[in-house]
Amino acid sequence: MDIPLKTVRQLYRTMVVIRAFEEKVQDLYARGHIPGLAHLYIGEEAIAAGVCANLGDKDYITSTHRGHGHVIAKGALLKPMMAELYGKETGYCKGKGGSMHIADVDLGILGANGIAGGGLPIAVGAGLSCKMKHPGHVAVCFFGDASSNNGTFHESLNFAAVHKLPVVFVCENNGFGISVSQAQHQAITDIAIRAAGYGMPGQTVDGNDVLSVYLAAGEAIERARQGQGPTLLECKTYRWRGHHEGDPNQGGRYRSKEDIQAWVEKCPIKRFEQYLSKNKVMTKKQMQAVWDEVELEITGSIEFAEQSPFPPLSEMYQDVLA
Amino acid sequence: MSRVITYAQALNEALAHCMDQDDSVFIMGEDVGRYGGIFQVTAGLQERFGVDRVMDTPISEAAFVGGAVGAAMTGMRPVVEIMFIDFITVAMDMVINQMAKMHFMFGGRAKVPMVIRVNIGAGRGTAAQHSQSFHAIFQHIPGIKIAMPSTPHDAKGMLIEAIQDDNPVLFVEHKKMYIDKGEVPEEAYTVPIGKAKVVRPGKDITVVATLNMVAKALAVAEEMAGQGVDMEVIDLRALCPLDREAVLASVRKTGTLITADEGCHTGNMGAELAAMVAEHALDSLQAPIIRVAGPDTPVAFSPPLEQAFIPSEQDLKDAVSRVLEYL
Ligand SMILES: Cc1ncc(C[n+]2csc(CCOP(=O)(O)OP(=O)(O)O)c2C)c(N)n1
Ligand SMILES: [Mg+2]
Repeated sequence: MDIPLKTVRQLYRTMVVIRAFEEKVQDLYARGHIPGLAHLYIGEEAIAAGVCANLGDKDYITSTHRGHGHVIAKGALLKPMMAELYGKETGYCKGKGGSMHIADVDLGILGANGIAGGGLPIAVGAGLSCKMKHPGHVAVCFFGDASSNNGTFHESLNFAAVHKLPVVFVCENNGFGISVSQAQHQAITDIAIRAAGYGMPGQTVDGNDVLSVYLAAGEAIERARQGQGPTLLECKTYRWRGHHEGDPNQGGRYRSKEDIQAWVEKCPIKRFEQYLSKNKVMTKKQMQAVWDEVELEITGSIEFAEQSPFPPLSEMYQDVLA
Repeated sequence: MSRVITYAQALNEALAHCMDQDDSVFIMGEDVGRYGGIFQVTAGLQERFGVDRVMDTPISEAAFVGGAVGAAMTGMRPVVEIMFIDFITVAMDMVINQMAKMHFMFGGRAKVPMVIRVNIGAGRGTAAQHSQSFHAIFQHIPGIKIAMPSTPHDAKGMLIEAIQDDNPVLFVEHKKMYIDKGEVPEEAYTVPIGKAKVVRPGKDITVVATLNMVAKALAVAEEMAGQGVDMEVIDLRALCPLDREAVLASVRKTGTLITADEGCHTGNMGAELAAMVAEHALDSLQAPIIRVAGPDTPVAFSPPLEQAFIPSEQDLKDAVSRVLEYL
């Protein structure tokens, strides 16, 4: 594996930022500082980090209701992100979108999405504009296992394949759609096999292994950049928290503590830390320094969010039409 | 015997009763099984009636709403839960072109006895794609009954009525009302879909309200009574069939109409009532018709903006003041 060391360190840092951010959100939510719904990405960090490390600002992503990790990995700044979660005027969407709708089109982030499967056609459209106007750029579409049952999945993959669009469909298979397990919502275990039905390559990788994700996504993205069309990349993972903060007992109605614990053991970050130590890429001390630095950055984002004003009521009537 | 239970429990009892009585009744939706539905309306029903009659569906609204249409045409009585009304858009062909049209288009040869349960409403910080109140869209489509119960009592009775009805019924709930409590008889009963209810008789000002706006209208009516204004509050309870007579009778009595519904202002339920009154009771009007409604914007996430979206008691009082200027 000839991944530049700089990239390896970046993969680590991105995962740490996502984890630390989400743990803070968990705490802030529990203490009533953040309103509404928060769907946390804890345990799935390797996917966003591994995929987005292959992307530049001119590439696009579409995200999901569980989107904090995607947008962080795509380069979103923590201050306007946190402010958005608080519903403040300084947030990415002026506080009008909240956790489920963070977007920054300048960074290629075409929005987190409250509709399960809503992002797939949007990514196809971004792929179209890349093909027509920005050759060499790509669109990456994140979506969950359960969202692959929305009709938009079928229509989007077929459309992208027949027009050889530069789109990479990244399915985050965490084994559940809210309370419904994969075995209850579809009759297959590897979603990547569906790629064959659309005439595109499909691949399943260990979504808790950031290097595997990085390499597999890199190949798919490179194919897309070369005009060779879309790929379906499935990353197997697990969500540690409930479907959203407030889901009783982290999903105790539909899964056991033991199941959760078994996946906590497979923590993508711990695992990568072992790799980094073993291969002498980073020392324990250097890793700790990353956590410390990230902690400071997140604290700063919370201060920023808390000190920011709510949008004025007049803001409600702005942006309805352009 | 009646006792006090929540709106969600009242719906649950209606479902259990109908499933007990008729084995063609079954439930489909996301997380309705062991999770009990995101708002716990189907809690315990899968344990009682089994996984085939309380089915957790894939996230495939077009397939399970359309599936309900096909099942209903072939002898079943499906009750479908759409987690938030916002997601019915994914199944709009099935609702508008299929479900609503079959009976008419086939010359009366097919019946589609099914219920789609949805919830509307802002106030839970869930932003623009989980807070909408666009139920009035369906009022524009002939062939769908639209029930909107505002109390636990009516929730139970109207859901039993909806399930027994041979027509497709869109059953509109409000997500902030599931924990509201009220007196509900233990035994089964039905409440008609299409009959408004005068919940507070009065002679000065008519307010026609739906769902959560009914309680707000009643609170304002009590307050105004102290100032010598006698308000009549009508709970519309259904958008289709629309109880025109009940509204017209009240308007003819008071010479006024205020409507109250959480949907966006333009084209909401009040627009239809205003047009109907203009057509049939213009002579009776002594004041402008006023619609208390959500503004013509998506629902914002930010708490103060979201609160400002929701039509309030103050909005109703402002409407009453405007009407009073003419009386
Ligand atoms: C069209 C639509 N139907 C239902 C929902 C409600 N919902 C939100 S997230 C979710 C489960 C999504 O599961 P998955 O795609 O696997 O993503 P995960 O939450 O596991 O990350 C559901 C059913 C929705 N948002 N949109
Ligand atoms: Mg999932």
